Amino acid sequence: MPDSTAIAHGAHGAPEHGHEEHPAYLRHHFENVEQQADAAGFAMWLFLLTEVMFFGGLFTAYLIYRNWYYPAFVEASHQLNIFWGTLNTAVLITSSFTMAMGVWCAEMRKQRGLVLCLVLTFILGIGFLGIKTVEYKEKIEKHHVPGFHYSLQSFIDPASDPEIYKEYHDKPLALDMARHTEVYFSLYFAMTGMHALHMIIGIAILGFMIFRARAGAYTAGHVTFVENFGLYWHFVDIVWIFLFPLLYLISRHQ
Amino acid sequence: MATDTYNKVFTMHGVIMVFFFLVPSVPATLGNFLIPLMLGAKDLALPKINLLSWYLYVAGGILAIYTMASGGVDTGWTFTTPLSTHYVNTNVLTTGLAVFIAGFSSIFTGLNFIVTIHKMRCPGMTWFRMPLFVWAHYAASILMVLGTPVVAIAIVLVALERTIGIGVFDPTKGGDPLLFQHLFWFYSHPAVYIMILPGMGVISETISTFSRKRVFGYTAVAFSSVAIAVFGFFVWAHHMFIMGISNYAVLVFSLLTMLVAVPSAIKIFNWTFTLYKGSITFETPMLYTFGFMGLFTIGGLTGVFLGTSGTDIHLTETYFIVAHFHFVMVGGMLMAFLAGIHFWWPKITGRMYPEKISQLAAVVTFIGFNFTFFPQFILGTLGMPRRYAAYPPEFQVLNVFSTAGASILGVGYLLPILYLTWSLKYGEIAGDNPWQATGLEWQTQSPPLTENFAVTPIMDHEAYDYEWLEHQNLTKLKEKEVPSAG
Repeated sequence: MPDSTAIAHGAHGAPEHGHEEHPAYLRHHFENVEQQADAAGFAMWLFLLTEVMFFGGLFTAYLIYRNWYYPAFVEASHQLNIFWGTLNTAVLITSSFTMAMGVWCAEMRKQRGLVLCLVLTFILGIGFLGIKTVEYKEKIEKHHVPGFHYSLQSFIDPASDPEIYKEYHDKPLALDMARHTEVYFSLYFAMTGMHALHMIIGIAILGFMIFRARAGAYTAGHVTFVENFGLYWHFVDIVWIFLFPLLYLISRHQ
Repeated sequence: MATDTYNKVFTMHGVIMVFFFLVPSVPATLGNFLIPLMLGAKDLALPKINLLSWYLYVAGGILAIYTMASGGVDTGWTFTTPLSTHYVNTNVLTTGLAVFIAGFSSIFTGLNFIVTIHKMRCPGMTWFRMPLFVWAHYAASILMVLGTPVVAIAIVLVALERTIGIGVFDPTKGGDPLLFQHLFWFYSHPAVYIMILPGMGVISETISTFSRKRVFGYTAVAFSSVAIAVFGFFVWAHHMFIMGISNYAVLVFSLLTMLVAVPSAIKIFNWTFTLYKGSITFETPMLYTFGFMGLFTIGGLTGVFLGTSGTDIHLTETYFIVAHFHFVMVGGMLMAFLAGIHFWWPKITGRMYPEKISQLAAVVTFIGFNFTFFPQFILGTLGMPRRYAAYPPEFQVLNVFSTAGASILGVGYLLPILYLTWSLKYGEIAGDNPWQATGLEWQTQSPPLTENFAVTPIMDHEAYDYEWLEHQNLTKLKEKEVPSAG
């Protein structure tokens, strides 16, 4: 713990003392490597807490509107493509696995393993965004993007959307309720959009890390950065684990 | 002044003062500098995050100024929907982005403080030996970390609604504009505690130093900071009593609002008991401290009027709100900020400022403040609404009073800028501990070394232990005498 070493430090009375015993990556204001790693890890968990609050606002909005406009939410969720959604969940969970392996490789100082894991995570992340793009494209084509071009057609006249109608036999919604499907899609785009933004940031950092890992930066004992990024990546994954059932699954069958 | 210009002016005043002054002022200046010193650490735990926080603040500030230069914004600092999403065509987006960026600056500062307080305390610095300044910052940091992201997402949704037209807050689509207010005040109410708590931390330090007494009820004061932070999260809807929330919600939030008054009163009472039988002196920081105590008490008690749902319906959206808020924020927080600046100025710069003129400035500020804002309480109870460019002739006299007071207040703020700048070059050399205060920050040089202490200090006494300080001074004196004798 920082306390005991700091006493020893103070007792020697020389502030410069001990630098040569420490690895080069120990920053000057920390007493030892454990304190540095502790502080960085703690900071990352706190940051994730702010992220929880950030998405928390969206989840609150979802909860309220789902209770108010239940029929609209049910029919709107039928429009989501469950095949792509499930596939994307699988892709993302796999990327979390490769990321966890990456952290393990860094700790075990396996440089080639680390680079491989990071590259795999990178590819899976891109794959997720690719599938998301396909889904977004569907929504654009059906005019389900909220805003000026939004169309209520599929909800006031479900038979006009034969593919979905064949599967769910939705009853037409009253105009008033049908209009609330736009709130569902507002939340759908806000939530998946914010999630995708976090993925894009994560992928950018992954790209940076691949270069650094090839230079051997994370396999010489200093694994804090990889560990913290791993936490971030798993967090973004977990957000999706909540989004997927809320948006795709739970309202599907009445 | 044209009426729409008036709307823009009070909006920019609110945005800049709330997000770019009140929230960051004490934490980012004094807190940043003092927390490591008070904990006996070399630096904050995350210096690079600290730098990032500063860059974000500057970026946000530049955006806010750009907004002002490019035509301003007129929604009020609260960005109320659907006004902000549908009806105004001023720069809501750039202002929102500026606030969003400044918010992240605040998150990173808070995060850094929490990590530092947990992980960087020097040997012997237990939680209950920390100065109350640090406790107050700890509580404020919790609010920054948990509250700010919520306003961030609210702003993102407003921006999306303005640009692509999503319908989360749009009543024509079934969205609820009140939801925006819930999300907004979920941050912006705790934000006032982000603003005041660091100020309260300053007061705990000055009041102990200039009464030469340990803060009365140290533990109670420490926990009351945390209690304010916790209660602060459960009172946001008192901003919405007349906005159409249910009567039950009004009842509950009114009760919870009263509860926040309890920890605040605990602080005021304990500070008063600290004065009792203390050996009080009236240096400049102490004058500001007295100003704080009086004005904050008035501000806090009028807050109880507003928290009472019945009186709130009469008083809300009048000048009473304006006066209440300014008593707490300017009379409370800004007085505390000035107390802190004057108290730690010798530590920060190594030089003293001229005492007499600074005492005069403190008194002028106090008088000017009361002249400016007390009439507004009366105007509010008489029913003058806020955010209107014009007022009926019967309110003329009190409004003139208020304006005249603002000029005096202006002099009170101008003076410190002048003599503090002067003192940078011509002030007397301060020495390590000009006030004979007990904190660890006074045990190192003024201004401190790059890594704060030559030797990592060991905290072997309680906070505010004046006997320890005397003992310490005697030992230092003896150490000096020995070589001269030999």
